This record gives sequence, structure tokens and C-alpha cells, in this order.
Amino acid sequence: MNLHEYQARDILRKHGIPVPPGEVATTPAEARAIAERFGGKVVVKAQVHAGGRGKAGGVKLAKTAAEAEAHAKAILGMTIKGLTVQKVLVAPAADIASESYVGIIVDRASQRPVLMVSPAGGIDIEEVAAKTPEKIHRLAADPRYGLLPHQALTLGFALYSDVKQARAAADIMQKLYNVVYAVGASLAEINPLVTTPDGRVQPLDAKIVIDDNELERRPEIAALRDASAEAPEEVAAREAGLTFIKLDGDVGCCVNGAGLAMATMDLVKYYGGAPANFLAIGGSSNPQKVVAALRIMTSDPRVRVILFNIFGGITRGDDVANGIVQATKEFPLKVPIVIRLTGTNEREGIAILERAGFSALSDMDEAVKQAVA
Amino acid sequence: MSVFIDQSTRLVVQGITGRDGSFHAKQMIEYGTKVVAGVTPGKGGQRFEGTVPVFNTVAEAVHATQANTSVIYVPAAVASSAIFEAADSGIGLIVCITEGIPVLDMTKALPFVHERGARLIGPNCPGLISPGKSKVGIIPGNICKPGKIGVVSRSGTLTYEIIHQLSTHGMGQSTCVGIGGDPLIGTNFIHCLSAFEADAETAAIVMIGEIGGTDEQQAAEFVKEKVKKPVVGFIAGQTAPPGRRMGHAGAIISGSSGTAAEKMAALAQAGISVMKRPADVVPLLKERL
Repeated sequence: MNLHEYQARDILRKHGIPVPPGEVATTPAEARAIAERFGGKVVVKAQVHAGGRGKAGGVKLAKTAAEAEAHAKAILGMTIKGLTVQKVLVAPAADIASESYVGIIVDRASQRPVLMVSPAGGIDIEEVAAKTPEKIHRLAADPRYGLLPHQALTLGFALYSDVKQARAAADIMQKLYNVVYAVGASLAEINPLVTTPDGRVQPLDAKIVIDDNELERRPEIAALRDASAEAPEEVAAREAGLTFIKLDGDVGCCVNGAGLAMATMDLVKYYGGAPANFLAIGGSSNPQKVVAALRIMTSDPRVRVILFNIFGGITRGDDVANGIVQATKEFPLKVPIVIRLTGTNEREGIAILERAGFSALSDMDEAVKQAVA
Repeated sequence: MSVFIDQSTRLVVQGITGRDGSFHAKQMIEYGTKVVAGVTPGKGGQRFEGTVPVFNTVAEAVHATQANTSVIYVPAAVASSAIFEAADSGIGLIVCITEGIPVLDMTKALPFVHERGARLIGPNCPGLISPGKSKVGIIPGNICKPGKIGVVSRSGTLTYEIIHQLSTHGMGQSTCVGIGGDPLIGTNFIHCLSAFEADAETAAIVMIGEIGGTDEQQAAEFVKEKVKKPVVGFIAGQTAPPGRRMGHAGAIISGSSGTAAEKMAALAQAGISVMKRPADVVPLLKERL
């Protein structure tokens, strides 16, 4: 789950990181009032779950409160990477002497939280990493001991030669490391970490991604979810316990298991079709999930055929068949449906489908060919 | 021979009285796996299905039954604790089926398992099966056949599809291992490839990868240098949308976007025969054997 910048800033502040002030506005008038409190010279930033906000025109500097209002008016309602901006952060504009990068991610290879810092921070940090990897300093922390003071200070000196600034950065890094474990983050990033002309070290922008598996035990973090910033069908899918990602094609796919779902989409393309979605019904077997899946797919006007590919393991064929039959009683399917059903309880499942006038195939390639034709 | 499990596997089921644990314990017993114990705190002293003794702790189970392998079906919130407990009780092979374990929990559990000298398979995996010998996990036994193909996969149901293709065309399996789809897992492709290469019963290897991370690229390097047996590979996710970006850090750390195209190229470059679709597995293996 992605957090908005303003939410990430709040979390950092609560953990003692010196984040400069800033407030959220949902209307231009609110933005103006906030700007007036901050003395007029502010930055107005779109709060949306997309990178490249600045390049898309979603971050603007204002010299006066009136200008802040005009910027907020332009930014609120604009679309960045398909997402509509509904909130802006208004924060005092900072004078910047230098921009660094600090990030923490759980690294698959070392299986540890890894700190990455670079004195060349800012919007082009990925280019820095690709072209001048020596400017990125990395350190894998040992989760048993956390980020040790000397490790943080070493990274601090990688950013700043001044000992006060190095210590300030080290302190921020140790606190950021604590944030990761405190909120269940899979990523925490400060970019840029700036120095001001008078020498202070401050985070200007923060990004936190929460591991979805943490949400059940952290209701206070789960409550930060902004469902209005997500596609409605993805919200519906999540609430039904499905994994759903919308795509551009016209073959609706419903599969048990993520790997088989991807392989099914690939096979649709192999036979000349285009998948309308990625949809994996999870491990546990439940007819209601199938009903929800069909409801989501049939509400997409572009879907011209629905393909089920079920290889029963934990998922039982009879549960899937019952879900399909149940769905037809609740709403019209509108489009043809091709069903491949094999594995656990396949005979029971096929019998249920046949009684309801459906037929089922046993071979994945045959089913995909039929759906694409 | 087979890899990781065989007739000497003595299994303790952690969470044996739960919904998934009890269902799959029965399936494993029916398949012929030596299920010697179960663990559910508070239910010590009971018998599962009238035969398998249930203990309060893994340590008691190991002491009483000499269990050497455990399989975990407990809920995600307590699954990393179950891994710690198994490793602390002297279990040598821990197979964690549970999905949804927070990654940060695994950053602590994995070094602990490693220090205790144990091997973890998973989490979020279907487990493993050596057809005709032993099954630990949830891979349906009826789709497998004993034979000479080693299968290693990051996926669950896609693994079943590949096994199904193999078995229906008369190609049995030595062992099938589902290593799990989570970012942090105990046993990776290289561990399995290395075990299959050393296993006298395995003649060829099928590896099934996915988009994301760089495990498949590293496995390809390993195959190029260390594996003499034929390897056939598949990467799922050629049509998947570019992964949800993990800030800048995700791109910086791996230096790779982890796409299917990148991975397929790495596999091919290492001399692995790359499938375009699951049904290619049999013809490609026949070419190589």
C-alpha cells in the first residue's frame, strides 16, 4: 500500500525526524489560507500515488498566497498517470544548498534491509544509479541489531564532509530505519534530503510503501489507505479477497494462482488475443470470490469473452462451478464464457456446470484458443 | 534418491488441527508420507485421526518422535514464530506453506534458521513432493508420477500445470519443489538446481520463474557454470503490466526491471531451453534428453 507524501511526512515527524511544516488542502481557498499562514512563499504539491509529479506539472512554487491559490486550482483535479489529484500539500518553500538521497528497502538478494544513500539526490537519482553507480553508497543492516550508530555515521559522511551535518543525517537514517519496522514498510525513502543555506539538514519529500501483509496487524496504518486514489474495480477486488489489475485487452481472465494467471494471460497473447485483466482468486476456495470476480469482469464494457482457467489444488472445482452458477442467478453475464477446469473435485465441478448448461474443457491451450477465436 | 525429502522423512505438522493443516495432513498420510506428529498449543495429548500424536510444542514432538522435517500451516500472523520454533527445536527441513507473512518478519527468521543449520522452503509455497516416496505440502499427489525430471518453481498452480503436462506425456518427476513467490524465501533456484545436479535420479531439470527480482538471472549464471544436466525454463508474466514501482530504491538496488523478456534472454543465453507456453515443456525436454 502506498502512502501519500503528507502521510509519510507525518510518520517521519512522529519518529523525531525534523520534517519542515506543511498542510493538506482539498480546495484552492484552503491552499490560500495555508499559504498565508506560512508567509506566502510556498510550494504546492499534488498528493497522488504516482512518481514524476514534478515533471507532470503537479509541483509548483508560489511567491504569494494568491499565487498558491491559483496553483492549487490548476493542480487539484488534474490527472497524473491516470490518477486524479484530490489533495495538495502546501509547505513553506525551502532554500536549498544541496540535495541528497536516502532510501531503505528490503533487499531480496541479501535478505536484509539495505540503506542506500547518495550525495547526488533529486529527481534524477535513478539516472545517477545507472550511470555513476559509485555515487550510491549501500549498507545492509543486520535486523538483529538495527542500524548501528557507526554505520549510520559512515553513511552520513558519504553525504556530508561537515561533521555536524553528517551526524544530523546519521540521526535521520537511524530514525528512518526505526520507521521501517515501526510501520511495516517495504520501502522508506527521503528524496531529497536537503541542506539549507544556513547548514540545516532536512527531508523535503518522503515516500513510504507499506507491505500489504502488515495491514492486518496495524489497523492504524491500514486506516491511512486512500481508496479514492485507486481504481474502483481494484478496490472492489481487494474487498472480495481477489488480486486484480486492469489491462487494455478484451479477454477477461479468472485464474486460481498468480503464476498460472500470468501464464494464462501470456497464452492469450500467444494465440493472438489481449487479456483484459489479471485476476487471481486466492488460495482458499470460496464460491463468493468467483461471483465477485464475474461481477467485476462483466462490468467492464470492453470484455467480450470471459476465460476461466482453474487447476484445482486448494481451490476446489465444485466451489468454482457453484460460484459461476450463483453469479448467473444474480446478474446477466452478457458475454460468452469459456471454462477450463481440472484438478481437485473436477468431476463434481463439471457436473454442476453441465446441469446449468455450461461445458468445461480440460486443456489450457484449447480453452485459450476458444476464448481468443 | 530424490532431493530434500524421501522415505526417511519424518514429518511434524505445525497447525495440524486447523482447517488447512488437518485437510492436508490427511492427504499427506494417504500419499504415504510418514506424518509422525502434529503440534497445536493447548491440544497436546490428543491424537489426530486417532493415530498421530499431537504435542503442545515442536520440541516435545521432536523429542518423542524423532521428527526431522516440519510443515507449517498456521496463520500468517504467527507463521514466523512457527519457523523460529521449528529451527530452535532441531528440525532440519522446514516447509512453510503459509502465505501473507510480513517481509520484515522474514528478515529476522531467515538468519535464525540459517544459524541453526536448518533449511527453510517457502514461505508462501506449495511445498514439495518426491512422487511415490513422500509429499510435504499441498501439491496434489494424483497429478505426479515417479520419474527423472526435477521441477523447481516460484509458482503454485502453474507448477501443477507443468507437472500435469509432464505426467500426461509419460515424463515422471524425481522431485518437484515449489520455492515460493515471496520476496524473501529460504531456498532459491540455485539451491534446488545444485541439489538436482547432484541427484543421481534426476536426468533433466525444469525451472519455472516469474517476473520480479533477479533470482532467475542469477540461476541462469549458475546453470551456465555449474549444471551439466539439460535445463528447460519458463518465465510467467510476459504480458504483465510493469510492476508496481517501489519508489526509486527498487530500481536502484537491482539495476534491473525484472521483466519476463530480460529473464528469458538470460535463460537462453545460459543454454537453457526457454518455453513460450507451458505445453512446450515436453517437446523441449525430448529435444534435450
